[in-house]
Amino acid sequence: MERIGVFVCHCKLMAYMDTGTVVEAISKKPDVVHAAAYEDLCLAPGLEQVKDTIKNEKLDGVLITSCSPVLHQEVLRQAVTAAGLEAHQMQAVDIRSQNGVKENTERAIEAISSALDKLKASLPPVRTKVPITKKVLVIGGGIAGIRASLDIADGGYEVILVERTHSIGGHMIQYSETFPTLDCPQCIETPLMTDTGQHDNITIYAYSEIEEVTGSIGKFKVKIRRKAAYVDWDKCNGCLMCIEKCPPRVLSEYERYLDMPKRQAHRRAIWVPHAQAVPMRPIIDKDHCLYFTKGKCRVCEQACPSKAIDFTQQESFVEIEVGAIVVASGFDLMPKSAIKEYELDKDILEGIEFERILCPAGPTAGKVIRPSDGREPKTVAFISCCGSRDPEHGVPYCSKVCCMYLVKMALLYMHAVHDGQTFIFYIDIRTTGKGYEEFVQRAVTEDNVLYLRGKVSKIFRDGDKIKVWGADTLTGKRIEMAVDLVVLGMAMLPSEGVKELADKLGIATDEHGFMVELHSKLRPMESSVPGIYLAGCCQGPKDIQDTVAQGGGAASKVLALFAQDEVILEEAAVR
Amino acid sequence: MQEDEFEPNIVGLLCHWCTYTAADLAGTTRTQYPTNIRPIQTMCSGMVDPVYVLWALLGGADGVMIGACHPADCHYVSGNYKCRRKTAVLKSILNTLGLEDDRVWLCWISAAEGQKFANTVAKMVDELKKKGPNPINAYWST
Repeated sequence: MERIGVFVCHCKLMAYMDTGTVVEAISKKPDVVHAAAYEDLCLAPGLEQVKDTIKNEKLDGVLITSCSPVLHQEVLRQAVTAAGLEAHQMQAVDIRSQNGVKENTERAIEAISSALDKLKASLPPVRTKVPITKKVLVIGGGIAGIRASLDIADGGYEVILVERTHSIGGHMIQYSETFPTLDCPQCIETPLMTDTGQHDNITIYAYSEIEEVTGSIGKFKVKIRRKAAYVDWDKCNGCLMCIEKCPPRVLSEYERYLDMPKRQAHRRAIWVPHAQAVPMRPIIDKDHCLYFTKGKCRVCEQACPSKAIDFTQQESFVEIEVGAIVVASGFDLMPKSAIKEYELDKDILEGIEFERILCPAGPTAGKVIRPSDGREPKTVAFISCCGSRDPEHGVPYCSKVCCMYLVKMALLYMHAVHDGQTFIFYIDIRTTGKGYEEFVQRAVTEDNVLYLRGKVSKIFRDGDKIKVWGADTLTGKRIEMAVDLVVLGMAMLPSEGVKELADKLGIATDEHGFMVELHSKLRPMESSVPGIYLAGCCQGPKDIQDTVAQGGGAASKVLALFAQDEVILEEAAVR
Repeated sequence: MQEDEFEPNIVGLLCHWCTYTAADLAGTTRTQYPTNIRPIQTMCSGMVDPVYVLWALLGGADGVMIGACHPADCHYVSGNYKCRRKTAVLKSILNTLGLEDDRVWLCWISAAEGQKFANTVAKMVDELKKKGPNPINAYWST
């Protein structure tokens, strides 16, 4: 390179640096034919100046000094290539982010000189074209995965949706009603679930997990492990006659292992999670099935009209090739046992457990009763920030939704038990969404939900009641109250096994296990691996609104990729 | 810079996906830390050839910092483990060559840990000030 231009960007962020000295020093370097300082090279007018100078001065090498190349390299490279140069004929140099504050004029000159050597030595990149397999894998069948699947399928591309449990729907379908409008998810999510189940372009692999992922953007090879359901789902017609006859009663995962009086929340050994499951196909729980544990029973086999029960079924593997992957693996709640000061008791519930009790489609058909004795609770205490914003017991971050779901449950409880009383212990009330603050005000003014500002130090059983010890920091007084039921707003954690999944995909997770997006503000749907996109709570705690928005956003990323026939991968050439 | 006080020169070989971004973060959040480090962006700590480190030390650097992703967090799955092995092997021979092995630091700094990057640089500068200049500079004065 014999005609090198050096463009020194200058803005108020570089106020510590003497740009004039930098330009003067650099212009004396061999082969540098142009060196000048410009304002705001990262913006369009600045970039136009670069393009014009490249043409006018017939430059064959360009050095642009600015903020970190991590931030600006792409946009600078685009400008340079638009002016007719190749990508390798440009080097971006960081003279701000990593340049310190003191003595940085000297350091900038040093950094630019090194970059000049690098620029002269750089070779054209090696480009490979990879054809895009226009199929997408969506991992997780919660509301994020459903939204992404439907949007991509409606765009005309094939979607393979893998769900770990045996029905899609995720956590949302477990809720009683959703804030701030109080729609019931059984009404608003099930149509989407049915659409997903019936869409021509969507194949659902329920009760399946990701075994292995290889390859890269445009051409991922994925091995899916279909767990043994002991029911031939192709023969099964979803009549559920098998379930009626099955003798064992066991605590249900779907009901969060709620142990209600009269075994209301129990399931059978052969089971579907709920009456609106998609696909409506049962599985046999090997640990509780009488045939598997004791060697006899097989009642389901006799009850099945389509001879679908298959006790010899083995897990099987499906191998597929996809062009892109959407990860929507969702969240779990922190276990109640994480907070030692709060006793483990049947009447101390976590959020989703109480959701199930409030839910009209739940085990009690919406009748609010205590799990311990079946009585209607007359006083309920809700505790916010259980594990959230509390590095000692749990996690430092805010789980974002607890403020809202606790007040929602308090309000629903007041609607169900008119002479009841509710207390919400809070640190701050965080109502950031549209209509959220109004919702809280409605609960306080119309439904007499009482807020107490302070943290709860101890919760324990005392005879028939649950004792709550806390403080009201607004009055400065200690609070000791005896209530019938306590609901804990447990922190949101990434779903179980997320680390293993992230390792299989080769994408990064943060210290809490949430998947890391490419840029926290500007690229929230992209993972650190090209072609793998993120949606929903796998990336961080979110409410349903944000989750759906991100699901749709991830879908748009996939559709943008699939609008091309091939992707160009660039590799730096090595001498 | 005062003439009499020794200011160590540190070459930073920083992984693009973690430590380099952390260094950016330290800069954009205006964290103050010593300016003794000269960052060089590498695509992965796994590509840090021991020769690069030797080259830096023979060239007179007082310290070399290799910034890598935390174990199990490598963007390329296992590059940081490869780096760890290479560094271990390199360190085992550095003393024999008359180059001290504690001048080479392998640090796990994630993209979110701008403060940790700044602290690590500050700590390294402190330690190197105590150690004094790279002895190779005395034999091979340029």
